Amino acid sequence: MSLILAAAAEAAYAAETAQHMEWWGVISTIGTLVSMSAGLFFVMAGTIGVLRLPEFYTRLHAAGMTDTLGAELILFALILQADNVQMVLKLLLVGFFLFVTSPTATHAVAHAAYRAGLRPLLGEYRAPALEEDGS
Amino acid sequence: MSPFMGYFMLGSAFLIIVSMALMLARLLGGPTLYDRLLAVNSFGTKTVLFLCVFCFIIGRPDGVDIALLYALMNFIGTIAVLKFFNYQALDVGLMRGNNSERGGRS
Repeated sequence: MSLILAAAAEAAYAAETAQHMEWWGVISTIGTLVSMSAGLFFVMAGTIGVLRLPEFYTRLHAAGMTDTLGAELILFALILQADNVQMVLKLLLVGFFLFVTSPTATHAVAHAAYRAGLRPLLGEYRAPALEEDGS
Repeated sequence: MSPFMGYFMLGSAFLIIVSMALMLARLLGGPTLYDRLLAVNSFGTKTVLFLCVFCFIIGRPDGVDIALLYALMNFIGTIAVLKFFNYQALDVGLMRGNNSERGGRS
């Protein structure tokens, strides 16, 4: 509740200081608050999942996707706060490389662990067997 | 940047630092090698995020370049460590037909 009041005060501040861009100030402030909060939620959820889940593949599942989504949301919040085009382009470049490399690294870690003989903790459903000559 | 947004960015940076510290616990106490590698990779992603937020807090846009460099080096470091523990060497190709004449495992 206090966060909503502070956001309203912030929107009023933005509307007072920049009269000609008041709607953009309100929209960018609210967008930054929502996007940054969601990104921090995903990052903290992924970290707690890595700490508390029982074995390797579930930890990988917790960290791999939430890191990508949380990073993109936090970078989007920063893009809404950027004040020149150069900063926006740099942040877009960081977001693009994180978006490409983070799932690739997750896939590489999972594949290397499976090839090294680390078997997942299985329940009722079974994973398909790898072929013996597969790389 | 208004004062409220500055404090909000400061809180966000603090939460990212807390998340990095928790990930460091998994890095130090992970049972297998791959747990540690996963923790290192996630730690690097959070470092990139912290650098971007910190640049906005201090008002200098230079550190985003360092964050970009760190994102690329984090990926390359993860792949290099995985390749080393898979092949016990670093000078083998990652493609399949390339390894037999250079002594790697096929």
